[in-house]
Amino acid sequence: MNRLIPSLALAAAVAASTLAPLPANAQGEVNVYTTREPKLIQPLFDLFTKNTGIKVNAIFVEKGMAERVAAEGANSPADIMMAVDIGTVLDGVARGVTQGVQSEALASAIPANLRDKDGHWFALSLRARLFYVSNERVKEKALTYADLADPKWKGKVCIRSGLHPYNTALIAAYINHYGAEKTEAWLRGVKANLARKAAGGDREVARDILGGICDIGIANSYYVGLMRGGSNEEQKKWAAAINTIMPTFPGGGTHVNISGASVAKNAPNKTNAIKLLEYLVSNEAQAAYARVNYEYPVRPGAQIDPIIAALGPLKTDQIDLTVIAKNRKQAAELVEKVGFNN
Amino acid sequence: MLRAFRTSGTPGWTLAAILIAAIVVSPIAALIAIASEGSGDLWPHLAAYVLPPAAINTLALLAGVGLLTGLVGVGTAWLVATASFPGRKFFDWALLLPLAMPTYILAYAYLDIVHPIGPVQTALRSILGLSDPRALWFPETRSMGGVIFLLGFVLYPYVYLAARASFLMQSATALEAARTLGAGRLETLFRVALPLARPAIVVGITLALLEALNDIGATEFLGVRTLTIAIYSTWLNRSSLPGAAQISLFMLALVMALFLLERWARRNQRFSAAGKRAQPPAPVVLRGANALGASLACALPLTIGFVLPFAYLADQAVRKLAAGGVSMMIWRETINTLLYAGAATAVTLIAGLAVAFALRSDKSGLAAPASRVASIGYAIPGTVLAVGLLWPLAAFDNAVDAAMRHWFGLSTGLLISGSGAALVLAYTIRFLAISINGTEAGYAKISENVDHAARSLGESAFGTLRKIHLPMLRPALGAAAILVFVDCMKELPATLMLRPFGVETLSTHVYAEAVRGAYEDGAVAAILIVLAGLIPVVMLARVSRPPVTPSTISA
Repeated sequence: MNRLIPSLALAAAVAASTLAPLPANAQGEVNVYTTREPKLIQPLFDLFTKNTGIKVNAIFVEKGMAERVAAEGANSPADIMMAVDIGTVLDGVARGVTQGVQSEALASAIPANLRDKDGHWFALSLRARLFYVSNERVKEKALTYADLADPKWKGKVCIRSGLHPYNTALIAAYINHYGAEKTEAWLRGVKANLARKAAGGDREVARDILGGICDIGIANSYYVGLMRGGSNEEQKKWAAAINTIMPTFPGGGTHVNISGASVAKNAPNKTNAIKLLEYLVSNEAQAAYARVNYEYPVRPGAQIDPIIAALGPLKTDQIDLTVIAKNRKQAAELVEKVGFNN
Repeated sequence: MLRAFRTSGTPGWTLAAILIAAIVVSPIAALIAIASEGSGDLWPHLAAYVLPPAAINTLALLAGVGLLTGLVGVGTAWLVATASFPGRKFFDWALLLPLAMPTYILAYAYLDIVHPIGPVQTALRSILGLSDPRALWFPETRSMGGVIFLLGFVLYPYVYLAARASFLMQSATALEAARTLGAGRLETLFRVALPLARPAIVVGITLALLEALNDIGATEFLGVRTLTIAIYSTWLNRSSLPGAAQISLFMLALVMALFLLERWARRNQRFSAAGKRAQPPAPVVLRGANALGASLACALPLTIGFVLPFAYLADQAVRKLAAGGVSMMIWRETINTLLYAGAATAVTLIAGLAVAFALRSDKSGLAAPASRVASIGYAIPGTVLAVGLLWPLAAFDNAVDAAMRHWFGLSTGLLISGSGAALVLAYTIRFLAISINGTEAGYAKISENVDHAARSLGESAFGTLRKIHLPMLRPALGAAAILVFVDCMKELPATLMLRPFGVETLSTHVYAEAVRGAYEDGAVAAILIVLAGLIPVVMLARVSRPPVTPSTISA
């Protein structure tokens, strides 16, 4: 014990010295808080550093990003907040931790409906919410989101938590098209059709279809690319068991969500932050989004990955993204009211 | 108050204990402040649709996990402590191994293992000659039953550890008296040994339940909506921190009610320690079917809680390494994990020692409530703790920064919340109970006469602590240090929220892979957590054996 305490104290001292706070105003850097997995976004940052010499420090804050930046206040090292899901992006704006940015490069690259007119947020890539269906047991080629509540799918539907941002956004869009009452009925219908608890991730829809647990499920488009184009042999088998359907709302559009970014209100490296955003919508980076992440680019005309292109043409639902964010609270309440996850 | 201090022998230690208790309670105070902002129109909705199912799920989970860990933990401890059968020596320490397995990793592993296209069902189908996965019925993992089963088999070591120590320390006299009075082996267990071991078993089950309550990975992944999950989703998906704080306080109240209920249930019971030189009962030698049954009964929880998932992870990790290896970042993450866990263990141990020493030397009556308050952190789930710490810490940092700028023209930035200190503080608050209880238990074996002798020979209070207590407390402190260290390494929810900019640990790595649905990619990190936890757990098995053994008694 006499030796234990000094060695513990040493360990504590070493820990303290190596983990000293990051200087908030280092030169030639840009600090990114992201809810995206570092692995998916890192290749883009590496390209940016190669082009500009500006170092990118990224931290994966899976949840509570806006809370954290707000709590850090004036001393926050955050320059850019990056998130998937429009609701999460707008959370930062609502919390007042973003600032408006005027940039010709951003405005010309991103269509007006995919960015804030005051420059508080910018969409960087798009993803569609699809149906994965068993290629053995499902013959349908075209379905609507509403069809998922059809009793003929009883015991055949797989989906992740109804409170996951991807599903909350979809339900919020549903409310916009059909109203709250019909949305509640739809949720009850889908709930009654579930083959298993609403849990897990999107890729598990494909796996559970292969495993015979379900025939149809909701999942994001890029997972098809990640499973088919990745190096995991198991997942290739999952993806080989499914076809995809682009489900539609009235008007024929498919629900689309974004990944997006904002410049932090107290960004210590604002100039570099804008440079990074401008780079991310450049032709090179937009092509990389499609190639590495299998997402749809926001920049009109940028190339789509062949695996994703093979899913067919995407006609997006023409809904104002801020409406989705606004309906999100009501969507979550409906999910809880019908006990979707119970 | 003042007079109380004057009559106390060492008010400094009592003050330290009170200060530590105040730090522990600060996140709860912050939560109360946040909750009282009000969540607007959200509360009626929460009360109608969210809390009832979440509270029922939580209670069902606790009941199930309590029952299963109690059954498995007490059963195996009874066998190992009182019987002799093939493999007993091995099971004695190996039964602790699931302690090294984080619950979320276990859940990820089992979902794969028992999936229709996983190894178990594939093998079953080929035995039965079935080709369609739909032809074979198998219990659903994503269910309350599945979560209880998994958590029960990974958390039972908390009960096993406590029950085994208690059974080993029960004097043979009491057990033999029961036998001579005509009680059979089972009757002895149920009428003498179990009632005597009850306080220890309750402590073990309580630890297991608090771990179950803190779990976020497994329950979320398997789709069971507990209060912890409700807190999470209210805060994050609804952007309502006050709503989340309200649910947190509701959950804390629930935990406190459970504690009080247990105390009330044994209000009329008194337990006095067995004689210091209690002779452990001679093990009953089991033969034939009984011996085989005992071996199997010990092998089953070990296999479910450790061997199967470990083999699965090892297989995945080897494949991953063969398929192109892992990034070198993983070594940095391993070092981060060990450093944070090490630093937090040091701080937790020192704080726990200070509280326990205050408790021993205190005459003011203030140290006892302070020590109870200081132990409350273990009942606060990591998520809740992190939310409660985020704001006070950042406010403190920004205040210090503003003051330093004002007076010295220099910026200190985010001193605590921007550095690893926040995480070390969170771990300390959460796991202090382990170190306080462990040290207290160690102190219970040191007669106060030792202190009086030391003090009357002119030694100071601190000198007594350093020269007399520390050497005698070594086994207790060692066991506490190991438990705290392993718990820190496995900790996920608070780590996710409080780790400093740019720092990843092994647990956050595994979780990050899991949230994007690629948990097999996290297999290497997962197995590193388990391996790093194995060494301390095996050490724990050694130090946790009571020092009294038949050989020392005969001497």
